[in-house]
Amino acid sequence: MQIQIDQKNKTLAERVPRPIRSTARYIKRTPVVWLVIIGVLVFSAVFAPLLTPYHPLKDADFSAVLRPPFWEEGGDFSHLLGTDQIGRDIFTRILFGGRVSLMVAVVAITSGTAIGTGLGILAGYMGGMTDEVIMRFVDMWIALPFILLALVIAIVLGQSFSVMFLLLTLIAWVGFVRPIRGEVLSLREREYVQYARSSGASHGRVMIRHILPNVASTVLVLATMGAGGLILSESILSFLGVGIPAPTPTWGGMISDGRGYLEEAWWISAVPGMAILLLVVSLNFLGDWLRDHWDPKLNQLI
Amino acid sequence: MRKFLIRRFFSSIIALIGVTIIVFVLSRQVGDPVALLVSDGGYGLSDEAWQAQRAKLNLDKPVPIQYLLWLGDVLQGDLGHDLSDGYPVTKKIQEKIPNTFRLAAVAWVVATFVGIPLGVLSAVKRGSIIDYLARSFAVLGITLPAFYVAIMGILIFAVKLGWVPVAGSGEGFAWKNYVLPVATLSWGAAAGYTRLTRSAMLEVLDSEFVRLARLKGVSNRMVIWKHALRNSLIVPFTVSALLLAGFITGTVIVEVVFAWPGLGRLAVEAVTNNNLNLVVGTTLMFGLIFIIVNFLVDIGYVFIDPRIRLQ
Repeated sequence: MQIQIDQKNKTLAERVPRPIRSTARYIKRTPVVWLVIIGVLVFSAVFAPLLTPYHPLKDADFSAVLRPPFWEEGGDFSHLLGTDQIGRDIFTRILFGGRVSLMVAVVAITSGTAIGTGLGILAGYMGGMTDEVIMRFVDMWIALPFILLALVIAIVLGQSFSVMFLLLTLIAWVGFVRPIRGEVLSLREREYVQYARSSGASHGRVMIRHILPNVASTVLVLATMGAGGLILSESILSFLGVGIPAPTPTWGGMISDGRGYLEEAWWISAVPGMAILLLVVSLNFLGDWLRDHWDPKLNQLI
Repeated sequence: MRKFLIRRFFSSIIALIGVTIIVFVLSRQVGDPVALLVSDGGYGLSDEAWQAQRAKLNLDKPVPIQYLLWLGDVLQGDLGHDLSDGYPVTKKIQEKIPNTFRLAAVAWVVATFVGIPLGVLSAVKRGSIIDYLARSFAVLGITLPAFYVAIMGILIFAVKLGWVPVAGSGEGFAWKNYVLPVATLSWGAAAGYTRLTRSAMLEVLDSEFVRLARLKGVSNRMVIWKHALRNSLIVPFTVSALLLAGFITGTVIVEVVFAWPGLGRLAVEAVTNNNLNLVVGTTLMFGLIFIIVNFLVDIGYVFIDPRIRLQ
């Protein structure tokens, strides 16, 4: 009998990965493209002062305002991506804006991960009243309209790097609790946990030494997926004018600056938007890939 | 089902109380509320007059009592006065809210009627060019920031092509004014629907009862639109609440970019003008809407999915 693979319903056949032979397939199968994009953006943000002759704040060249990017008529290579309404180099501001976005996102995702993972493990491992209190709190937190609370917090505490960091942490932690709790619920029944307990390990030690390493891959997947969202949130808040205050370049702030000049200088808004888009899309795809390969169970949760 | 709803009801109430406490605590951090009310920040005001003013605002009482008194006022619809023009905040909100609702309702309908059929098509024609396009539409909708879509929309369709107005809500039935704001607002939600409907559809199409239906000779169209679709709608519906969260953020941004005279724009303007009472009022209003709709989604969920009813 001849075995035929049903082309329409090839779900099973698809699940068996074929060996990677060609470069094209390698690119398709692994997140190499996304890693390269993220790498380039991180590199250019870190080494921003070395990559551009201009200063993001001081070098406002009034003789060269609203210069277009080099491929447009009237643009040249002295200002690669053009200049804004007061003659600041957009390429430079994007590099430095990337520093702000990445820094805030990295710091906030770190603290958010720590809080969220901690609470998730605690809820899953301890169960009972602890679990109930933590999960009800998470439910309430999810029901809060964040953008508006961020507005209130920004008006009350003022605008600064640390307030932005606080706001993003408040958004970030909540996404970790439920998936991690779910995983810990099954982990705590495992034999090695019981062995550890019976050989005298305290609850704290079990959670840190035995449970935590086992949820590490989930944590990393969630953190990658959350980072893109945080960068978006940061840019939204900056765009609404409650982010990091004005002279410091931020991608969201730059897009907002360009709104008044859409007709004569579209690039002021469009170019920083492309930067956000590239970074967020890459992070999302990387997160998807990590999830599929490291933690397929999560697929049902997110 | 009863237990589930009661539980959800109480968690909604707790969330509401949570919102009021957070807003109250934050609003008391801006400094002495008396200073906001008296002229010149109270310069030249006698100590007794200051104390009298404090007593009038209940500031001499302990904080929990202050909170309860404030909550009492809020429940009676008294959100205080706009600090810049003395107009009651409740009135201002009442004036703006229909505009926001109109925009959100149209966008919701568009998102549903674009997103779900696209998800079905994409699942049924899996691997085809339609599937590819639908998936690109979904990925872009989820990752593109709304404010960027809005600005690029203005740039292309209003500034370059001149098909639609740049901003504003227009007078009377001005459908052209709705095109860009609605497109911006609904794209994200439609993308979410497409993605979820597609994956749910794929799963259901692969299930036993759909195969049985096919075996019995039910027509392809009936299988897809009746048997499979009904069962795959549950998933998109359950995440409606999450999409709604995106919607609330979305209305704020869309209203700001398109100068739409709604609640979101009022809130952002209040923030830029340091108009505390107005910020507090609009935040509470948004919180209330958000939590109520969340609860309604939960109720709807129970009616759509019998498995929950039985639990």
